[in-house]
Amino acid sequence: MSNLQLILAFSLATPLISALAVIFCHNYKSLRDICGPIGGVITFITALVIASAIINGQVVSLTLWQIAPGIEFSFRVTALGALFGLVASGLWILASIYSVGYMRGSNEKNQTRFNFYYAVAIHAAMAISYSGNLMMLFIFYEVLTFSTYPLVTHNQTKTAKDAGRLYMGILVSTSLLLFLPAILWVWVVSGTLEFTRGGIIPIDFPPSLLPFLLAMFAFGIGKAALMPFHRWLPAAMVAPTPVSALLHAVAVVKAGVFSLLTIVVYVFGIDLLFSSGSAFWLVWLAAFTILASSIVAIMKDDLKARLAYSTISQLSYIVLGGALATYAAIEGAALHIVMHAIAKITLFFCAGAIYVNAHVKKISELDGLGTRLPHVFIAFFIASLSIIGIPPLGGSWSKFMLMVGSVDSGMTLILAVLAISSLLNVFYLLEPCARAFFKPAQQEFHVENHILTILPPIITATLCLLLFFAVDWIRLLTNLMVIP
Amino acid sequence: MLIFNNIPALLVAIPLLVSAVVSIISSARIAWILTFSTTLVCLFMAFELIDIVSSKQTLTYAFGGWEPPWGIAFIVDSVNVYLILLVAFISVIATIYAYTMLAREIAAEDLSKAYAVWLLTIASLFGLSMTGDAFNLFVFLEISALSSVTLIALGAGQDRRALIAAYNYLIIGAIGATFYVIGVGYLYAATGTLNLVNIIERLNELGTNQAAITGLAFMLAGIMVKAGIFPVHIWLPAAYSYAPSAVSSFLSAVATKVAIYYFARLLFGIFINITQLIDFFLLYVLMPVSVIAIFYGTIAAIYQTDIKRLFALSSIAQIGYITFAFSLNSHSGISAGFIHIVNHALIKGALFMAVGIFAVGIGKRATMVSLRGVGRQMPITFAGFVIAGLALIGVPLTAGFISKLYLFKAIFETGNVFFVAVIAISSALSVLYLWKIFEVMWLQEPAQPLKIEKEPTVAYISLWLMVITIAIFGIYSHGVSSSGMLAANALVGSR
Repeated sequence: MSNLQLILAFSLATPLISALAVIFCHNYKSLRDICGPIGGVITFITALVIASAIINGQVVSLTLWQIAPGIEFSFRVTALGALFGLVASGLWILASIYSVGYMRGSNEKNQTRFNFYYAVAIHAAMAISYSGNLMMLFIFYEVLTFSTYPLVTHNQTKTAKDAGRLYMGILVSTSLLLFLPAILWVWVVSGTLEFTRGGIIPIDFPPSLLPFLLAMFAFGIGKAALMPFHRWLPAAMVAPTPVSALLHAVAVVKAGVFSLLTIVVYVFGIDLLFSSGSAFWLVWLAAFTILASSIVAIMKDDLKARLAYSTISQLSYIVLGGALATYAAIEGAALHIVMHAIAKITLFFCAGAIYVNAHVKKISELDGLGTRLPHVFIAFFIASLSIIGIPPLGGSWSKFMLMVGSVDSGMTLILAVLAISSLLNVFYLLEPCARAFFKPAQQEFHVENHILTILPPIITATLCLLLFFAVDWIRLLTNLMVIP
Repeated sequence: MLIFNNIPALLVAIPLLVSAVVSIISSARIAWILTFSTTLVCLFMAFELIDIVSSKQTLTYAFGGWEPPWGIAFIVDSVNVYLILLVAFISVIATIYAYTMLAREIAAEDLSKAYAVWLLTIASLFGLSMTGDAFNLFVFLEISALSSVTLIALGAGQDRRALIAAYNYLIIGAIGATFYVIGVGYLYAATGTLNLVNIIERLNELGTNQAAITGLAFMLAGIMVKAGIFPVHIWLPAAYSYAPSAVSSFLSAVATKVAIYYFARLLFGIFINITQLIDFFLLYVLMPVSVIAIFYGTIAAIYQTDIKRLFALSSIAQIGYITFAFSLNSHSGISAGFIHIVNHALIKGALFMAVGIFAVGIGKRATMVSLRGVGRQMPITFAGFVIAGLALIGVPLTAGFISKLYLFKAIFETGNVFFVAVIAISSALSVLYLWKIFEVMWLQEPAQPLKIEKEPTVAYISLWLMVITIAIFGIYSHGVSSSGMLAANALVGSR
């Protein structure tokens, strides 16, 4: 094993080891709670090493054995995978610190079980990002679904169980009905599932069937929350906020759009998709999802529900980028994975912090809370601006690239969709802050200050700002996706 | 060496003889030890057979030195050698399982006799999978039917409905056997031989012959009853659900599989020569029937509350997958069918074993109500059950996935999207009933606090042996998939 292989193995094993450590330290609370952050730091460092190796043009791969001809149990890091690995592991550090504060602050039960599955889910996310072929991606996609089920139903109330059923129902059935058959279809026609830049679909594949294959992937990956398979995401918001933050704003949903983008870039090939025009319908479906879910978000009073619909809308930006399939759009989509992840995790951190510290869940009850929790609301404000896409915040870059991409592809009407969506974003994301700062308080708040819940959103909000200036570093990776 | 030359005969003779010895022993323990060592010997011989076949391709064993077509011959080739290994392997594991489980479910004085019948069943299954003589097959069919009926009826100690189930099986099985023997009669009249290899030669000389066709049709219909193929499966759900759990796990794993193997052999070994009929049969009989079986079994399982019956119904759907794969009439279809024969045997065996352990643990029949919260009380069994259940759905890294992989491959080769939908939708539906059970066992609270009796530790061993095999075949599929390919090669050539 070369050094890089060792690091790759380490990067995949660390979350699992951390999960086991959580169980062994069940009786020592402080020890148990520090397993997550330590695991996060180690994983993040390995992810950094892997990403720099990829930028230097090295091959990072690890093949264990062959499951069936053409299907190997192997990891091979793609440029997009390296990027997603960085996002998942980096945010895990903050999210695990945050979840300690949140879980303690709200006196949740079964914290060991919670931390265990949390780490297992991160393991699955890392394995998804470093998958070398579609089958591995699928396997860990399912591991991610199953390991997050106990987290969604953590409270074990009836609502939680119903939500869990919907969650599993949509994610498992779409993946079994569409995703897996699509993978096997690719396997049968091309004899391999290995991710290759430029795609693996053979030339003699009938072009009239391409839209169907793409549809099987787009709907089969339920985690991308494309309408009409988006209902699981708002339902999953019954989970404790750290779950919503890391998993349903970052790891799970991003695993979905990551998978879709990977398939576009490394299975179909950007050029094939663009020249055949088989993703035309997907562009409009994504555009519809962007607008429709933004409108639904406006009508939601529950803060987490509003953020959930906002997530659905933002995920479709990434799908849109993949479907436009121009170089700029693909890069914009990859950038949006990063930018939106950081901004959205900030928003969820804030929503959780508001709940733990002031016990408020509804937007209409936020009036006047701004002065009591100033740091939280400032972080919320910054992250909102990033999602809306206002410079100098990270989100402005990805939106800009997507706009360039839509012009490149000749679909200028998409520009209008993006612009309207930004306006809707302004409307529903700034309302909480506006209420908190400018409206007089209607009730007496009992505000606590759990520092571990307040610090992480401040850090991620700062990151939103820094990433605006550091975008060239990220583009070192996204460039590799598109430039031959 | 004498012993090695006579392995095909010994595989049947040894269990048969030991069975006679066991029936006069009164101590259940000694009876078990004899049974267990016999199955071990059989397993060893099965491995030897694989060695022989892989070097010699086809092994023809003529009884008493009477060469076929005059004498009775056993044929071992790459079509059935893995089946023999499967039967041997499962009978070892099921015997281990029976050690504690049978003792808990049937009366102590019946135990040694039960083991005698158990060995008889094993002997008949080996005979069924090896014989190359159409009439000799009928004999083994009858031995297997009578011995399985006895084993199923032993469930009457727990639930009197086992008697009705056994009686139904007896009658329906007898009808099937009669159909089969009538068919053999016609075929004999037309060709003048009973040896399968010889029959093929004669049929080629004869050309189209109405008597031969009628005979083959009767034979197929008779075998379909034994194989539990829809719509002549009606004996199966009750038989498997009221039999003692050791019996149902053993029978569900291998008994129908042997019949399906023979079905495939008749279909692709003999019937294939009558081209105008085989296409009709596969396309307009077997394929629609399989699709209906898949949906009927799956949907009936969703609404079933008795767990053993539920899995028996799911067996009908799974047998439907196997016959569906055969009905595609392609090399990859046949190999997919054979691959699923092996994998489903392991998966369904493991599931029945786990359900049996649950039932013994709570001291009641396993239903959606009585199993509430059992998963948390019996985590070792539950973990094994979950893995086997995931394999049944076809989740990657389990054996069930490999089956699905090759089934999909065979389907995509036909280019028919409708079939893809059939398999995808039915496997998604199977998630429903398994998820329901998982949820009942893990999340729901029992009506009264559960009193778990002392758990049958020995049964864990066999359950987990099965589960580990399922996992190994899921992550390293080369052995199973190449055995399926070899079987298809031997049957239809490597086209």
